Amino acid sequence: MRIGIDVGGTNTDAALMDGPVVLGACKSPTTSDVSSGIVAVLKQVLAMTGVPASAIRAVMIGTTHFTNAVVERKRLLEVAAVRLRLPATKALPPMTDWPRDLADTLGRHTFMVHGGNEFDGRQIAPLDEAEIVRIAGEIRRRGLRAASITSVFSPVTPDMELRAAEILRDIVPDLSISLSHEIGRVGFLERENASVMNASLADLSRKVVSSFRNALKELSIHAPFYISQNDGTLMVPDYVERYPVLTFASGPTNSMRGAATLAGEKDAMVIDIGGTTSDVGMLMNGFPRESAVAVDIGGVRTNFRMPDVLAVGLGGGSIVRDEGDRIGPDSVGYEITSRSLVFGGDTMTATDIVVAAGLEDIGDRSRVAHIPARTIEKALDTIHKLADSAVDRMKTSADPLPVILVGGGSILISRDLPSASKVIRPENAPVANAIGAAIAQVGGEIDRIFSLEGTSRDIVLGGAKDEASERALKAGAQEGTVKVIDIEEVPLAYLPGSATRIRVKAVGDLAVK
Amino acid sequence: MAYITNQDIEDLSVGAALLGTGGGGDPYIGKLMARAALEKYGQVDLLPLDKVPDGMNLVACGAMGAPTILIEKMPSGDEIGLALRTYERRTGRKVDAIIPFEAGGINSMMPIMLAAEARLPVIDADGMGRAFPQLEMETFNVYGVPASPVALADEQGNAVIVETKDAAKAEFLARGVTIRMGGQSYLVNYGMDGATARRVSVPGTMSLAIGIGRTLREAAAGHRDPLDALISFFRTTHYETARVIASGKVVDVSRREQNGWSVGVVTIEPFDASRRPVTIQIQNENLIAEEDDKVLAIVPDLICVLEADTAMPITTERLRYGQRVNVLGIKVPPIMRTPEALDVFGPAAFGLKKPYAPLEA
Repeated sequence: MRIGIDVGGTNTDAALMDGPVVLGACKSPTTSDVSSGIVAVLKQVLAMTGVPASAIRAVMIGTTHFTNAVVERKRLLEVAAVRLRLPATKALPPMTDWPRDLADTLGRHTFMVHGGNEFDGRQIAPLDEAEIVRIAGEIRRRGLRAASITSVFSPVTPDMELRAAEILRDIVPDLSISLSHEIGRVGFLERENASVMNASLADLSRKVVSSFRNALKELSIHAPFYISQNDGTLMVPDYVERYPVLTFASGPTNSMRGAATLAGEKDAMVIDIGGTTSDVGMLMNGFPRESAVAVDIGGVRTNFRMPDVLAVGLGGGSIVRDEGDRIGPDSVGYEITSRSLVFGGDTMTATDIVVAAGLEDIGDRSRVAHIPARTIEKALDTIHKLADSAVDRMKTSADPLPVILVGGGSILISRDLPSASKVIRPENAPVANAIGAAIAQVGGEIDRIFSLEGTSRDIVLGGAKDEASERALKAGAQEGTVKVIDIEEVPLAYLPGSATRIRVKAVGDLAVK
Repeated sequence: MAYITNQDIEDLSVGAALLGTGGGGDPYIGKLMARAALEKYGQVDLLPLDKVPDGMNLVACGAMGAPTILIEKMPSGDEIGLALRTYERRTGRKVDAIIPFEAGGINSMMPIMLAAEARLPVIDADGMGRAFPQLEMETFNVYGVPASPVALADEQGNAVIVETKDAAKAEFLARGVTIRMGGQSYLVNYGMDGATARRVSVPGTMSLAIGIGRTLREAAAGHRDPLDALISFFRTTHYETARVIASGKVVDVSRREQNGWSVGVVTIEPFDASRRPVTIQIQNENLIAEEDDKVLAIVPDLICVLEADTAMPITTERLRYGQRVNVLGIKVPPIMRTPEALDVFGPAAFGLKKPYAPLEA
């Protein structure tokens, strides 16, 4: 049996699962020390299911803690941002285009060093080791405890990042070092940004991981625990301590994957309807389709693998106008319990419409009895059209797919949607996040530019697949369960035939002893 | 004389992406670099083409290579200056002003960087009037300016001079050098005097790109329809005609590799159910838009896929099923529509069977 936990900004959720079956799920407020909130929710879920702590084989945790720290500029360390491969990149030093306050918080300690490789792995110049030694001295003098190292084309050739880390560690043994090739993909500025942010989280990540550890210890759960990363796969705690930035945006991924499990579908559309907006995304092979555009976190541009989610202004609190012809995009939001008609307010909301239609019984039904049948019909029609068009917009082909409804506002959808083969409303949808964490697999990914000189496309592609699978095994996947789930190949535009960018993702089931 | 402000660079990055007609590279890194260059070296003047003196010694500049390389191996910032010095040494003459060779995509930014560093003005004109994939696809070449000598430089301080009899061969050799330079090079070529530049350049394209960005920004701020604003803006320029040639939903995007180029077809289903689906053929840039067999717009006229809500340009790699788009056809100025010009960058130059037909008003 496994437990999935989602530590959100407001609530900490837990779901106890036996295989794909949810035995019990509950919510509890998130606490500032994180750990007592986890203890509370774990106690609750164990009590409600009667499962002994000793029967738990693994615990999976999803958290927004690290994202919030960057967004709030709190609990961050100053960072030595080291960059290799001068003279390339010199035009734009580290932390270019960052919000001023965040760059200030991290101290603007930037260092640029000669040495580096090309896209095909050729060495341009050896690493300037004497310069790294000098930087180490400077790091000691300034009392810095965290550093990031980013080298051009390190996703192709990580050697120089590794060597520079070795030298720094020799001289400053307790320095926390973030290496960019472990974090990101091709796209230098974005990868460096993520590495610098990662370094700034070094202290917090140790604290948070140890609070997770303590919470489980307190309840005598001796099972191993894992933390979910942004692509919906798991990391071991040691890895999270070193690479907390990889947890960024794991929430939406877990929620979508949880919905998929609850509905028993691998290829489907998910609509998460809240009070103000609906988030619509697509599941392919059980994983969310990823966004192709740069993702902004705390004002910093990154290239993390985020689910491609479309937010539309449709929620339980959306304001109804023009006799139902117009719904939203504005909403009464959290004031729904005072401003909507059924709760005694004076604003007609989408929730009032479904109550007036007799589809739900919320608040005081008599207060919506005056709404004309035509308005109700028109409003329901508008709501379904909004949802349907959002689903259609996020699909990758015209074929109808199942639509899975989650979130508190899912009561708004009562009819079939033309773009959907069927509409599914799973049980336990409110804890889809925690369930998504509980069912997570482990993965390995390759995203790099491959030179085609002196080799063939097939050989290169085969090598990339093997390497991704190997990475999944190394991350803790069970032998024999690893599958390649996604291959993307993009020949380099404007350089015909010379190179190709290949991205391969492999996942497997977690090997639980 | 007008000079280029930080706001202009923001606007230019949007307008240049639109003139990129789906290709030309994301101007983001170029924008950051142009901004840094202005900060370091001070203002850059933008000189209208008709104000260029006869005897002024001009040279064109830009980058060559794969945008995918550029986003990883960012420039040192010294490459293009080295290319200029190499060029000046080879020709034995000082350059007086920089003319962009491509106002679409990231190459709109390189001339600003170079001009800032060399403290020279940028001419408000270019040789493509949009984005094209190859060095010979220039009005400069069409109207007789030799592409050679080409001075290419990389971030290591290497520089190469390419001298050939014709522009297509210069393109071929320069691209080979670019691969050896690690997939990205910075180059200076198409030297000419002011009188020639006035005859062979597409005028006003830098201010056109800035104007496009400004129009979209101001429309968004004033809650006006951005597409209407854009079409009205084009009417005030020498491109004159910009017309919505399709409006609908992307229902299919197919991409494949052909001879090392990324080619594809995007299909758009019109909102107006009485109209037939529209297809756009892509080869880095958008080449031809058709409704069944009827050509709606064809290269060199611009085919720009814009987000329906914001009228912001969508690059080829970001196209996907379900997007609501307006496709804007934009007629290029007469200098790009002559038989000589069409020989170099008309439909046949891209292997298309259909003849050029100017976008109808």
